[in-house]
Amino acid sequence: MYMTAQIIVNENYCKGCGLCIEVCPRGIIALNPDVITAKGYHPAKLTDESRCSACTNCALICPDVAITVER
Amino acid sequence: MTTVFKRPAALTDRQFSYCPGCSHGIVHRLIAEAIDELGIEGKAVGIAPVGCSVFAYEFFSCDMVQAAHGRAPAVATGIKRAVPGSIVFSYQGDGDLASIGMAETIHVASRGEKITVIFINNAIYGMTGGQMAPTTLPGQVTQTSPLGRDVEIAGYPIRICELLSTLDGVALAERVSVDTPRNIRTAKKAVKKAFEYQAEGLGYTIVEVVSTCPTNWGLSPVEALGWLNENLLPYYPPGVYRDVKAEGFANAAEASAARLAASSVADPTAGKDAEGGGCNG
Repeated sequence: MYMTAQIIVNENYCKGCGLCIEVCPRGIIALNPDVITAKGYHPAKLTDESRCSACTNCALICPDVAITVER
Repeated sequence: MTTVFKRPAALTDRQFSYCPGCSHGIVHRLIAEAIDELGIEGKAVGIAPVGCSVFAYEFFSCDMVQAAHGRAPAVATGIKRAVPGSIVFSYQGDGDLASIGMAETIHVASRGEKITVIFINNAIYGMTGGQMAPTTLPGQVTQTSPLGRDVEIAGYPIRICELLSTLDGVALAERVSVDTPRNIRTAKKAVKKAFEYQAEGLGYTIVEVVSTCPTNWGLSPVEALGWLNENLLPYYPPGVYRDVKAEGFANAAEASAARLAASSVADPTAGKDAEGGGCNG
């Protein structure tokens, strides 16, 4: 249904605080256990692109301004 | 695809120096977005405080000055008076603004300096390791109040917006929170409005942002948002405490004149209409 929306997490900025996971209304953001950033964090990752509605909640609450939202 | 949300241009590419989940970054972004949307990057001047946000000058693309502890409003006063066309904002935490800088805070507001103060209230000293701040809640455990803040010894927290809204130089005093996306949208509007009021020369503007300090509260970032909502917001209710434009005045000076005129003590004729009037009323 929402196949044309996505978030891009800049792993240079993301500190894995998890606030985006908390506010995502569809629960489709998770910390990526396969990646460790230069600062030592697991960055956030969109787990299901087909369900992102580009509501921008995650980007609004991101304290490190790491998220870009596209539609 | 079109980009519906991206990092604002008024932020530099530097990685924030804050702890994971710290709401400083959210407020930085709101200020940067307001600067972008109003197109004032060229004439905006920010004053960085002492505290965790001491490095704010690294993060904003506009001109920045770093002030001595608590003196940001004094520095802002000087810059605004020397360059009246600039948009000057100070960015201060509760220790900087409400403790060591309280004299500057009160007097700059009472003088009605046409500056904007962004006040980060997270009820604790962040950079120095979690000591009790003037805004620490009664009973709140900090490094220097290990049994909880005892108001018999340490007194009561200071509600800055309520306090400043009694001063005649204030054009806008608004308290917002950044615990939910909805409240963050409201906070963005408040910051933008403060800059607009400053540009229009209405008077002193302050936006108090109720914020988190996950590290020194000893909570995860997500738990900290919940703690803010349950504990800080009841003590520091969000809302508009002074907005001279919404109250129908042209600026803070006009609102001040109306306040004086409404005083039955200052104007002997005003007390005649009302039964008793003045102190007896």
